[in-house]
Amino acid sequence: MAWACVLLPSLALDGALRNRPPLDTPFALVSGPVQQRRLVAVNAAARAAGLHPGQRLATAQAICRDLATAGHDPHQLAANLALIAAWAYRFSAEVALAPPRAIVLEAGKSLGLFGPWPRFAGRLRQELAGLGFRHQIALAPNPCAAKVLAGVHDGACVPGASALERALADIPITRAGLPPAAADALPGMGVRTLGQLLALPRAALQRRFGAALITTLEQLLGQQPAPFTPYRPPDHFVGRIEWPFGVTNHTTLLFPLRRLLGDLAACVAARDSGVQQFSVRFEHEHAAPTDLTIGLLAPQREAAALFDIAKLRLERTALPHPVIALGVRAATLPPFVPTGHDLFDTRPANAIPWEQLRERLRARLGEHAVHRLAADPDPRPERASAYDTPASPGDPPPLPPRPTWLLERPIPLRGPTPHILAGPERLETGWWDGGDIRRDYYIVEIGNGQRAWAFCPPGERTGWMLHGWFA
Amino acid sequence: MHASTSLDTLIRERRIWRGRPAALPPGTQPTGLAALDAALPTGGWPEASLTEILIPADGVGELQLVLPAVARLTQRRRRVAVVAPPYPPYAPAWRAAGVDLCWLTLIATQCEQVAWSMEQCLRSGSCAAVLGWPAGADDTALRRLQVAANTGQALGFAFRDRTALGNASPAALRIEIDVTRARLIVHKCRGGNPPPPIAFAHA
Repeated sequence: MAWACVLLPSLALDGALRNRPPLDTPFALVSGPVQQRRLVAVNAAARAAGLHPGQRLATAQAICRDLATAGHDPHQLAANLALIAAWAYRFSAEVALAPPRAIVLEAGKSLGLFGPWPRFAGRLRQELAGLGFRHQIALAPNPCAAKVLAGVHDGACVPGASALERALADIPITRAGLPPAAADALPGMGVRTLGQLLALPRAALQRRFGAALITTLEQLLGQQPAPFTPYRPPDHFVGRIEWPFGVTNHTTLLFPLRRLLGDLAACVAARDSGVQQFSVRFEHEHAAPTDLTIGLLAPQREAAALFDIAKLRLERTALPHPVIALGVRAATLPPFVPTGHDLFDTRPANAIPWEQLRERLRARLGEHAVHRLAADPDPRPERASAYDTPASPGDPPPLPPRPTWLLERPIPLRGPTPHILAGPERLETGWWDGGDIRRDYYIVEIGNGQRAWAFCPPGERTGWMLHGWFA
Repeated sequence: MHASTSLDTLIRERRIWRGRPAALPPGTQPTGLAALDAALPTGGWPEASLTEILIPADGVGELQLVLPAVARLTQRRRRVAVVAPPYPPYAPAWRAAGVDLCWLTLIATQCEQVAWSMEQCLRSGSCAAVLGWPAGADDTALRRLQVAANTGQALGFAFRDRTALGNASPAALRIEIDVTRARLIVHKCRGGNPPPPIAFAHA
C-alpha cells in the first residue's frame, strides 16, 4: 500500500481566488462579527503590503487602502475539499477526506496506470495547478504518515514501511498532528522530534498522556487504521459562485462559467458518467433568477465542449438585471458512452467530432434546427418524407421519377399551360385514414427551364397545382 | 562582353526557369458526369474547396449535378450536411439517387445564420460535403467558407443566383447552369483555364 496525501495549505484563499479573474492586487478573506472583522487569509500581494492573518480588518484597511475582501465561508471550504476529492477519485478508487485541508488517496494501485510516482505526482501537481489550488504532496505507506509528511516536506516520498520510521524521526513534535495536550507538553520535556518520542516506552506514554497519543502514534506507523472518512462521489452536481457586486457584462460571466463547467466535467469524469442536461442559473439581486436549461442529444463530458455550448446559449440570452451569483446544476449524470474513432483516422487534426458540432449548431440555431431525413413507405407524396423518424426497413417499392424538392404544401401554378414532359401518374390513395387524395401528377417544364412536379384533378388539364421541383 | 545572351544558353544553364502550370494531382472526388470530369483540371470537384453553382432559378438540375457525389460519400459513411435548402428535400427521390439518408443531415436556419452554419460544418472536419444556399453572402463570407473548407478538408457547395456572376468570388470552381442552351459554363476553375461549355441535360 502507498498513500498519497494532497495538502492544500491555502484552500480557503485559493477557493475564493479561483472564481475570479487573476488579480495581483491585495486580497483577503475576512470573518467574524461585523464590528470585529479579522483577516483569515491573505494573498501574496497583501502579505507584501504587510498584512497577515488574524489582523483586524480596520487595521488592514488603514495599512492598505485598495484591499479587496471577501467573506470566509466554512461551508465553501468543505465544498472545495469535496471538489478536490472528486477530482482525485479519477486517479484512485480509495479517496478519503482529511479535513480541514487535505485528502488522501491510495496510490499504490494507481501507479500501474499512471506511471511511476514522480510522473504520477507531476500529473497531480499539473492538474491541481489547472484547478487553481496551491498544494503539497507526499507519499507514505499509510494515510496518516502521508498527511504529516506532506505538511513538513512537500514532495516527500517514503516508499516502504522500513524507511518510514527514519523519515518520521526528524518531524518536529509540533507539526506531527498529535493531540494538543501532548503537543504542548512534550517540547517542555525535551522531546522535540517524533524520533525521540517513538523511542520512549509506550506504556509510560500512555500513563502520562492517555490512549489518544498512543492511537495517533500507531496510526502514524500504520499499526492502526486511519481515522479518515472515505469519499463517495455524489450522483449530481451543484456549483455556485457569487460576487459582492452585480455583473452586467456577458464577457465577465464567461470566466466563472468556464470554471464551473470545468468542475462539472471533473465531477462526471470521476464518476465515469456524462451530463446530458444541466441548468445554468443567473441570480439577480431584486428579481427572479434567469435560468438557462441546456439539453444535449447525447451525454457529454468534455469541459471544452460543455463550455462551448453554454457560451453560445449565453450569447443569445438577454440578462435583464446585473448578475450577483452564477450556479450550475446537473441533477442526473447518465452513463457516458465514448464514441469510437478510427485508428487510422485521416481527418484533419483540428477536427471536432460530429456530436460536438451538432450540439454547437443546436445551441446557436435552436433545439430543432438539426434533422435527419427519412423516407416513409406511405404512397401519398406529402407523407413519404419525414424528419427524424426511424428509417423504414427493407427496399422501397420502385416509383416513377420523384422530385428532389417537395413543397411544404402545393401551390397554384398560374400562367400559360405548362409543357408536359411525362405523365399522368394517377395517385388515388389514402382512403384508410380519411386523408385520401385523387390526383394526376405530371412532370412539366415551365417558362424559364424549371422542371416541376405538378398535378391536376383526375382527367383534367386545368387547375394546375405545383408540388415539387426536379432540381 | 556580349550585350545579349541567347535564350537557349540561359535555359541550359538553369539561370532562368520556364513558367509551367504545376500539374495538379488527380482528384478523388469525381462529379459523376464523365464530360465534366474530363473538362475540369482536377478531374472532379476541387478537393477541400468551395464550389459555387450559379442557377437562374430553382429546379434546373442543380441537385442532379451534386447528387452523385453526395450518394458516393454517404454510401461510404461520410456525413453530408444540407444547410438551409430552399424547399424540404424529398426523401424518396434522394434515396432513389443512391443517397444513404442516415448520413444526410439537414440544418434549418435563418438567412443570416446560413454562412455561419456552413462554415462550422466545413471547418469541423466531421462533414465530407456541405451543400448550402447562402442567400446574400458577400465576397468575405465566401472567402471564409473557402478557408473553412480547406481547414476541414471538406467539399463545399454554395448554390447562388446567377446574378452573383458579376461579382468576383474566392471559390475554387464556379459553374453556371445555362438552362436555355442545356449546358454548363465553367467561369473559373483553379489549376487551369476554364474549359468550353459542357452539354448538360436536365433529366
